[in-house]
Order: sequence, then structure tokens, then C-alpha cells
Amino acid sequence: MMALETNINNLVRLQAVPPDWPGGFWGHWVFFTVVIIGFVLTMVMGVIYIERRGMGRMQSRLGPNRTGPFGLLQPVADAIKVLLKENIVPTAADKLVHWLAPVVAFAPALMIFAVIPFQNGAMLADLNIGILYVVAISSVSTVGVFMAGWGSSNKYSLLGAMRNVAAVVSYEIPLVLAIVGVVLIAGSLSLNQIVLAQDIPFILLQPLGFFLFFAAGCAEINRSPFDLMEADSEIVAGFHTEYSGMKFAMFYLVEYAEAIAISAIITTLFLSGWRGPLLPPWLWFIIKVLLVFFAMVWTRTTLPRIRIDQLMAFSWKFLLPLAVINLLVTALEVLASPAGLPWVVVIINLAIMAILILLWSKFFFKLGWGRIEV
Amino acid sequence: MLANYGYIGLFLIAALLFTLLMVTIPIALRFLRIVPDKPNPIKNSIFECGMETIGKTWVRFNIHYYYYALIFLALDVLVVFLYPWAVNLRELGGSGFIIILVLMAIVLVGFSYAWKKRVLEWK
Repeated sequence: MMALETNINNLVRLQAVPPDWPGGFWGHWVFFTVVIIGFVLTMVMGVIYIERRGMGRMQSRLGPNRTGPFGLLQPVADAIKVLLKENIVPTAADKLVHWLAPVVAFAPALMIFAVIPFQNGAMLADLNIGILYVVAISSVSTVGVFMAGWGSSNKYSLLGAMRNVAAVVSYEIPLVLAIVGVVLIAGSLSLNQIVLAQDIPFILLQPLGFFLFFAAGCAEINRSPFDLMEADSEIVAGFHTEYSGMKFAMFYLVEYAEAIAISAIITTLFLSGWRGPLLPPWLWFIIKVLLVFFAMVWTRTTLPRIRIDQLMAFSWKFLLPLAVINLLVTALEVLASPAGLPWVVVIINLAIMAILILLWSKFFFKLGWGRIEV
Repeated sequence: MLANYGYIGLFLIAALLFTLLMVTIPIALRFLRIVPDKPNPIKNSIFECGMETIGKTWVRFNIHYYYYALIFLALDVLVVFLYPWAVNLRELGGSGFIIILVLMAIVLVGFSYAWKKRVLEWK
């Protein structure tokens, strides 16, 4: 009950939200399990609507607008349609692996939300290793994706799955190093403590870390411009080519659940989570998550898909060195003023970020974007 | 603290049950004849843009994946060591920072060697 006591101490400092509401071990568990599953499902629907409408607007078309007012019921219609589709399993496929893959992929995506604070102390489990847990659990989905690619016995699927594993393995390192920068400043791994430490949002103290995390996060969850594993123009639909009906819907759900998870982690780590004036904290949390997701849609429509050699080079030769430098600079700053970083650091870090990105991208061009020079 | 891990374990069970439920709903609907079930050899063949698949799918991997996996392993172990240090940076102070610098230097020398050997180039 250590976590509970720290929570109560924090409550005295901030606002009065009972951390264990509605009381009791089982009550807490049932309440938050229902809330998390409901939150993920409704957010996925909302986010699909935002993505399709937003992309439509950015590409000078309307997007879905026939089902319900403003096309708001389109995700519901899609869900019903996909539920009633025939389930096709190829004869050559490994049936058990093919069937189990969506389960293995979806459960971890849901598990990430167990430690994300929706409000002060309002989370399923306030683990003192929260962010480490997120890092560990978020890469398990890849196993499901690889099972899907391997189990379908389709060459395109296998290619997509192997690309996915290669990308996740590459982008894991910059992602995790960017988190270390935040942990250095906050001095804790618990996500609630990290939010409480953000009197200045960490996006200002860690601008480079935010950029690294955003890029690496987009790559981890196969968002454009890093969506090589389902590049429709090369390998049909990647790992879910052979899926149909509800199992295809599960992979669709995984993709968006992970996008929301990454948005929620970015919100918690860099945008001061549920903290904000006037509006209730959970509303602030949802608004920030949707804003981050909108930024992802924006990058998706703006940037073209990159090649596989560029994908790998971008991680190992661009993000990783910058992440290491960012980590060391942050450590030095924290050592210089252990009591709390002053506002001057914001300007210094922004300058460091600008200089590093400009210099390193010139250097990166010289490297030929990872291609072997002829 | 242990109670929190209990929550995680119970939530894992709930998440798995929920996912299994989602996958089994169409099976139940198939028995009720709402979801169609009309397989035929063409429909159940592997999709390859209209061609028939030649040879086996389950073949050996490109060696390049293993290069990346090895570098990943080395750097990931380094990162695992960074987390406890990051939490306790303020207590450990300058000496801890220097120790971490040495540790990082050891791993990063290996990384730059791999870079120089053109392991990081995707052929």
C-alpha cells in the first residue's frame, strides 16, 4: 500500500480525487477493467473517424459522410459489416498460429492502458516501474504480428512480418533512450509521479526527446511514413493479407489501439498528462491524446513512405546518436541543478535540438541515407 | 505494491478473455447461419496477385536480420542498466555519471565498429 500512501500525499498537494474510488480491491479492479476496455473501444471508433475525415480534408476530398450525421456512425457500420464477413483461412496456413495471432497481438495493446493515469491516481495499477512495464509490454504485440505473417504461409505476409520485426527492433532503442531522458528529470518510473513532476511540460524541457519519441513511436506502431510492413503498393497488405472478417478487424483494432497507446504515453510523458486549467483532468487527458493522434494523421498525409534501407538507416544512424547525446546533455543539466530545472534550460535545449538536427541531417545526407555509395 | 501486480495479472486474464470472446463471436454466428461459410479451393488458396505460389513460403531468413538483432541485444542490455541509474541520478551524482559514461563508451565503441564495418547498411 506504499503507492496508495504516496498517492494520498500527492492528493493533498494537488486536487482531491480519491485514488481508490470506488473502493475495495475488487471494486477498483472491475471498475477500471470496464473503463479501460470501454475507453479503448470508443477511442478507437472516434480516432478512426478523425483519421478518415481528417485525411479526407487534407487530400481535398470529403471522407465518409453518409452514415449518420457527418458520417459519425461509419465506424459502427464498419464494425457490423466486418462481424458478418466470412472467415477465410488458407488451406496451406498453419491453422492454430493463424487463429491465435490476433489474440496475442491485441491483449498486450490493451495491457498498456493498465498503468496510464487518466486523472490523478485514477489508474488500474500505479506500478513504481510503470514506464518500464509499458516498454516491456508494448513490444509483445510484435510476436502476434510475426505469428500472423508466419502462420498465413503467404510470401507477402512473411515479408511484411519480418520487416515489422526489423523495424521494431531498430526503433526500440531510440524510443527507450528518449524515455530515459524523461526519467532523469522526473526521478521516477511511475507514470503518475512523472505527470506530477511536470510543472513545466517535458515537451519544453525535452524537445529533442519528444521528437525522437514521436518518430520512433510512429515506427513502432507501423504508422505512415514508416508503414513498410503493410505497404499496399509492394506487399499487398503485409502480415494481414490472409485475414478476413473479425480476425482482420482485430488487427485493425490493434493498430489503432497501439496508436492511442502511444499518444497516451506521449501525453503522459511530455504533455503533462491530465494536468490543465479549468476543464476536468480526464477531459484534458482525452483532448491531449486526440491532439497527438491528429499530429500522427498529419505526418501520415504529409510524408511519403520511406524505403526499407532508409527506415533502418534513419533509426541506427540518425535517431540513435541523437538519443545518446540527448541523454548525456539531460543528465548533465540535472546534475547541474538537482533541485529542479529552471526555465533557462528550455531555451538551451531548444537551441541544442535545432543545432543537432540541422548538423546531423547534413551528415546523414552525406551518408547517402543508408544506401551504399556507388 | 504487490496488490498492484495482482491488478496487472487479473487485467491480463480479463484482456485475454475479452480478445478470445471477440474472436469466438463469428464462430457462434456461423453456427446460427448469420455469417456465411462457403469455402472452395480457389478461395482458400494463398493470395499472390492472381498467380499460383511457387515453392515453399517457410524459407531461411536473410542474414542481415541477425546482424541487427545482435546489435539490438547489446544496446538493449545497456539501456536496461541505464534505467536504475536514471531514477537515482540525483543521489549518485557525478561519480555515477562517469561510471555510466564508461559503460556507454564500451558499448558504443562496438556499435561504431559495426557501423564502420557496414553492418548497418541494408543490402
